[in-house]
Amino acid sequence: MKNPGRRKNILALFLIPALMFGFGYLMVPIYNVFCDWTGLNGKTGEMSASEAVLLKADTSRSIRVEFTASLNDGTPLDFTPSAPSMNAHPGRTYRATYTARNLKGEAMTGQAVPSVSPAKAAGFFNKTECFCFTRQEFAAGEQRELPLVFVIEPDLPPDIDTITLAYTFFDVDAPPEKSADGHASAH
Amino acid sequence: MNAHATTAHHHGPAPGLLRWVTTTNHKDIGTLYLWFSLLMFFIGGSMALVVRAELFQPGLQIVDPHFFNQMTTMHALVMIFGVVMPAFVGLANWMVPIMIGAPDMALPRMNNWSFWILPFAFTMLIGTLFMEGGGPSAGWTLYPPLSLQGGNSLPFVIFAIHMMGASSIMGAINIIATIMNLRAPGMTYMRMPLFVWTWFITAYLLIAVMPVLAGAVTMLLTDKFFATSFFSAAGGGDPVMFQHIFWFFGHPEVYILILPAFGLVSEVIPTFSRKPLFGYDSMVYATASIAFLSFIVWAHHMFTVGMPLAGELFFMFTTMLIAVPTGVKVFNWVSTMWRGAMTFETPMLFALGFVVMFTIGGFSGLMLAMTPIDFQYHDTYFVVAHFHYVLVPGALFGIISGVYYWLPKWTGRHYNETLGKWHFWLSTFFVNLLFFPMHFVGLAGMPRRIPDYAVQFADFNAIATIGAFGFGFAQILLPVIVVMSILGRKKAPARVWEGAHGLEWTLSSPPPYHSFSPQPVVRSRII
Repeated sequence: MKNPGRRKNILALFLIPALMFGFGYLMVPIYNVFCDWTGLNGKTGEMSASEAVLLKADTSRSIRVEFTASLNDGTPLDFTPSAPSMNAHPGRTYRATYTARNLKGEAMTGQAVPSVSPAKAAGFFNKTECFCFTRQEFAAGEQRELPLVFVIEPDLPPDIDTITLAYTFFDVDAPPEKSADGHASAH
Repeated sequence: MNAHATTAHHHGPAPGLLRWVTTTNHKDIGTLYLWFSLLMFFIGGSMALVVRAELFQPGLQIVDPHFFNQMTTMHALVMIFGVVMPAFVGLANWMVPIMIGAPDMALPRMNNWSFWILPFAFTMLIGTLFMEGGGPSAGWTLYPPLSLQGGNSLPFVIFAIHMMGASSIMGAINIIATIMNLRAPGMTYMRMPLFVWTWFITAYLLIAVMPVLAGAVTMLLTDKFFATSFFSAAGGGDPVMFQHIFWFFGHPEVYILILPAFGLVSEVIPTFSRKPLFGYDSMVYATASIAFLSFIVWAHHMFTVGMPLAGELFFMFTTMLIAVPTGVKVFNWVSTMWRGAMTFETPMLFALGFVVMFTIGGFSGLMLAMTPIDFQYHDTYFVVAHFHYVLVPGALFGIISGVYYWLPKWTGRHYNETLGKWHFWLSTFFVNLLFFPMHFVGLAGMPRRIPDYAVQFADFNAIATIGAFGFGFAQILLPVIVVMSILGRKKAPARVWEGAHGLEWTLSSPPPYHSFSPQPVVRSRII
C-alpha cells in the first residue's frame, strides 16, 4: 500500500473489529442498566427505610405477595419461606422471613438471587432490607431466619393483585466446574 | 527477494506444492478456500449422517447420546464456519477482483494468512472429538451453564472460534479494501455487479459481529477458568445475557450466510434469462436494509426466555419487516425471468431451486417470527426444518450455482452438463425428502437435539433419514464433476455463457495468472 490515504482507510477498517470486541463487553453493563430500568430479571427497586416511611398507605388495596424458594444444583441448604404468602397494602412497610439451614458438616457461603413476577411489578416492589443484598455465611449445621423488609409503591398498576417473589440460593464456594461434577455424579 | 518476486510476477505460479503455501495470488487463494470448503462439506455432512442414522428409528441404536450431541454441535460448527463461510470467501477471492477489474486483492499477504489459519483452526476443532470427554456437545450456540459443564474441549473450541473469527475478519477487511480502492476506472459503486455489492455489505457485517462472538466466547472462557461470573447467577451474572450477546452476533451471522448467495443468484438468473437484472438499485438497497435490520432483531431467537411484552412486540415486528426487502429481492428475480429467453443449464437450475426453496424457508421464518406461535415452535424440528431450508437449498444451492457458473471460467474446460443436471435433480428431490417432513414432526412437538423420540414421529423420521443419505451421496457428484472438468478436453471460450456480460467474461478461460494489470475502463453498468 503506497497510497497513504488507503493505508488510513485500512487501519480504520481494523479499528472496527477492535471496537466491536469492546462493544461485546460493553453489553454487560448495558444489560444491567436495561434490566434495572425495566425491572426485568428481578431487578427490584431499592428504597431507604426513611423514604419508605414517607409513602402514604393505601388500605383500599390489598396485594397478595407470594414467596417461593429454590436451590441451585448442589447447594447444601434447606431453604423455605416462613409463610408461603401474605397480604400487603401498598405504601405500608412489611417484614417477611425465610428460613435456611446448612445441611453440610462445614461452614458454607451462599448468595440468594431474587426474581419478581410479573416483571411489570418489579419496579414498584422496593426492598429496604434483604438477605439477598449480601452473601450469607452459615456455620456447620446452622439454622437461621433470613429477613427482608419491603414496601409496595402505591402507584402499582391497578391490574396487578398478586406479586410473586422468588429466591434461588447459590453455593458461592463451589466453582462452576465442581458443581457440574456434583451434578453428573448425582445421576 | 524483490527481484525474485518480480520474475514470479511475469512467469505465473511458482512450481511445486510450496506454491500453495506461499501464494499471494487471489485465484490460488480462492481455489484453496473452495477445496477446503468442499473437504469440510463432506466431514460436516458425515456428521449429519450419523445424526440421521441414529434418528432413523426411535430408541438408541447406533451412537450413545453424548456422542450424538457432539455430532449435532460439530455438524453445525463445521457447516457454518468451515463450509458456507469459506466457500463464500473463496468465491469472493476468485471473482471480486476480476469482476471489478482489479489486478489482485488489496492485501495479498494477509489474504494468504487468512486462509492458512483455517486448516489449523479446524484441526483443533475436530481434534476435540478424539480427546478424553469428547468434543463440544452443548449445541453450536454454546449456551452456558451447559457449555461450561462439558469436558475439557471447551478451551480448544473457543480458540478455534477465535482463529476462524480472525480469519473471517481479515478476509472481510481485504474484500472491503479491494472494493473501495481497486475498482477499474469507471466502475462506480452503482455499476458494480450484484455479487460484489452483496459481498461488500456482508464484509461489513463480518467485521462488526465476529468480534462480538469472540467477546462472548472469551467471557465463557474466563467464567470457566478465571473465576469471572459473566454468566453465573451465583456471582451476580446472568446466563440469559449470553444469549443476548450471542444472538447479537448470531442474527447478522445468518445474513452473512445468505447475502452472498443472493448476489450469486443475481448474477446467474440474468445470464440465463438473457435480460439485465430487474431492479438493480432496489436490489442494492434491499441488501443494505436487510443488513441494517439484522442488527435489531436478535432476540427473536429467544422469545421464550421471559421478555416484557413490549420487547416481544418490537422483535416480532422488526423481524417481520425483513420480509419486505427479501420480498423485493424475490420479486426482482422473478421479474428478471419474466419474458426472458430462458435456458436451464445447471447453474440456472440451482439458482431457480434457490429462489423457490429459499422462499419456503423464508415463509417458515415468518411463522417463527410471530411471538405467540414461536412459543409452540421454539426448539422443535420446525426450527430445524426452517433453517435448513434457508441454508441448504438456500445458501448451499447458491454456492453450487456459482461454482457451476464459473467452473468453466476457472478450469478453462466445460463441465459435464448431463451429470450437472443429475446433481441438481437428485439434490432437489432428496433435500425436500430430508427437510420437508421435519416441518410436520416439529409442529407435532418433536424437540430438536435429541437422540431418541416418541414413536409417533417414527415414519417421518425414517423418510428424513432416507432423504439425508440420498442427498449426501448425491453430493459426491460435485467433486466428480469438478475433477472431470479440470481433466476434461472440451475447451471453454472466454464468454462461457452467451448471456453473460461481466468483466470476468472478457478474460480468457482460464484467466491468466495475473489479470487486469492495465485496468479496463468501464463505461456503463454491465450486468
